Parts: sequence; structure tokens; C-alpha cells
Amino acid sequence: MITTALELFWEFFKIGLFAVGGGPATLPFLMDLTNAKPWYTMEQLTNMIAISESTPGPLGLNMSTYAGFQTLGFFGGLVSSFGLVLPSVVIIILIARFLDNFSQNPYVRAAFYGIRPAVTALIGAAVFGLCRVSLFTEADGVLKPEVGSMIIAVVVFGLLQVKCLKKLHPALWFLLGAGIGIILRL
Amino acid sequence: MKEINMLWQLYWAFLRIGGLTFGGGLTMLPMLKYELVEKKNWITEEELVDCYAIGQCTPGIIAVNTATFVGYKKKGVAGGIFSTLGMVTPSLVIITLVAACLENFMDNVWLQHALMGVRGIVCALMLNTVITLARKSLVDGFCCVVCGIVLLICLLTDVPTILIVVISAICGIIFEKIVHSQKFEQKKSAVCEDAAISGDPQRGDEA
Repeated sequence: MITTALELFWEFFKIGLFAVGGGPATLPFLMDLTNAKPWYTMEQLTNMIAISESTPGPLGLNMSTYAGFQTLGFFGGLVSSFGLVLPSVVIIILIARFLDNFSQNPYVRAAFYGIRPAVTALIGAAVFGLCRVSLFTEADGVLKPEVGSMIIAVVVFGLLQVKCLKKLHPALWFLLGAGIGIILRL
Repeated sequence: MKEINMLWQLYWAFLRIGGLTFGGGLTMLPMLKYELVEKKNWITEEELVDCYAIGQCTPGIIAVNTATFVGYKKKGVAGGIFSTLGMVTPSLVIITLVAACLENFMDNVWLQHALMGVRGIVCALMLNTVITLARKSLVDGFCCVVCGIVLLICLLTDVPTILIVVISAICGIIFEKIVHSQKFEQKKSAVCEDAAISGDPQRGDEA
């Protein structure tokens, strides 16, 4: 148990140190963990996103707490959140103490010029993987589409492009999805 | 006594902010402004925007970074730690409760149907987040090339995510410093202020 706790701490420490851009930027890292560690599956990760989005608090923090909880209960949530937050606290205190105008620094700006599109691509690839697992089932190496989920995804994506629907709270969309899932027995 | 009182105030202020905002990132700004600038008068609005810019240009959760920064400015290292603890507490409590409930009912058939329905919604929302993000971050040719290359690398190989982040930062610096150092001055304003990748897929494009 101690080893798992240390591993949880270490993995989330790395995420806290390298996930630049907050919430969604943690997704590619969390996805890597589904392959590298037996802590949670892709299906659980999908549930995790839905829960994190519909509860208060920063997305990244919610995701790390949930992942930790899946693995080691409350203690796991505590450890992984601590790991996630520690690099932030240390880095920010160092910057606040020693560097003035950090965000105006030309090197920082130049680094972000490269990081932003890369992070966009990382999240894009993670979402691609997420869609593949959520909208298809794999049987004997052949991908079979989940028609119900796929229709929901396409319709809701279309609706999200409508201006007035854009501002609806994610939790409302999840409720809608849950309702349809129950009615149609997906 | 007064010192400890201030630390508790920081803790409670960030606990309220963390517990009352959904999504994190950019959605938190109005709440931060209300609590820290208007209600408590701890910092000015300009300082808040500075804190926020720093929160975006450093690794980690933007909301946590901002909390640490404000806490540190107010009360040193202890202030930074208390503010962060305040920000973390609501997530820890709420998520643990929700996760515990969900685990207990996982065998329930209705819950499984509901989760299958939710799955499609997650895909749609996340896809929308990516598109919003791409619109904001792909500002020129260099960005599009980086994005395309990284996308190919991710889909075809198993290069570690950390390595990609580090290399892209180095590429950004090399490209800006060597290839077009003159143009850099003009574009200065664009990079860091809106560097945030909003934590919220819905309202991210308002910024």
C-alpha cells in the first residue's frame, strides 16, 4: 500500500510539474496512466471527466482526486492531490520571491509560443483516444461502433455549435445524456 | 494571533472560491475578483490580473497557482500553503463523496445505462473543448506546424508526453530567438495573457 501511495504521489507530481495549461492539459497524462498503471480503466476515466466537470473545483484537481480515490480510497485522493499541487506551490513561491515580471519575460513567452500548439495537439490526441474507446467496442481486433452513444455525441456536438446552447452548464448535458441512456437502455 | 487569523481568512476565502466555481481556469476569474478585490480588498484588480497571468505561464492547475501566488503575496510561504489548502479542500471532499456513492451503485443496471448515455456527451464536450482551444492557440504557421507534428507523433508513436512538452518549449524559444527575433517584439502581447487553456469547455471561448 505504501508503494502504491508513493507511486500515486510520484505520477501526479510529474503531472503537476509538466501539465502546462491547467485542467484539460492533465488529460493526456491521465490517459498515459491507463496504459502504464492498473489504477483505472479508460471507461472509468470517461466517468471521471463527467464527474469532474459537474462538480465545483478546478478540473485537474477533481480528476486527480478521483483517480487517487479509485486506487486507494480517500487516502489515495489525498496523496495524488498533494502530489499534483506540490510543484505548483514550490514553483510559484520561487517565482514570487525571486523573479519580477515572470510572465513578461521574453524566454517564458517564447517557450509558451511552442508549448501552446503542442498542448492543443496533445489534448486533441487524448480526445481522439477517448472517443475511440467510448464510441466503439473492440471485439477480436475489429472496431464495432456503439450506435447509441455515437448518435448522442454527434447530435450534442452539433447543438454545442449553437450560440445560446454553448453556455449551458456541462452538468445539464450529462443529465440529458443519463436520461437518454436510461430511456433507451443503452 | 492576528497572523493566524489572516491565514484562516486566506484558507476560507479560497475554500469558498474552490467550492463555488465549476470548471476552474478562466471561469474562476470573476469569483476571484469578487472575493479578493471587492470583498476583502487584499489586492488590486491589476495585481489580480498579474497573478492570473503568472498562474497561466507556470505548470500545474491555474487556480492553484493563482491561489498560491495571492497567498504568498499576502502572508509569505505559510499564506501560500494555506490558500492552496483552501482551494484543494472542496474538491477533495466533494469528489470523495461522489466517487464513494458511485462505486457502491456501480452494479446497478440503471446507473450503467445512464453512464453509457453520459459517455457520448463527454466525447461531444471534449471535442468542443479541443476545437475552441485550436481556434485560440493556432495563431500562425509555426503553431499549425507544431500542432500537426505533435498530433502525428501522438497518434503514431508512444513518445512520453513530458518529453513533448519540454521539446516544444525549446522549439518555441529557438524559433522565436533565432528565426524571427525582429517580429517577436510586435507579437509580444499575444502569447502569455491568453496562454491559459481554459478549464471549462463551455465558457472557454468567452475570454
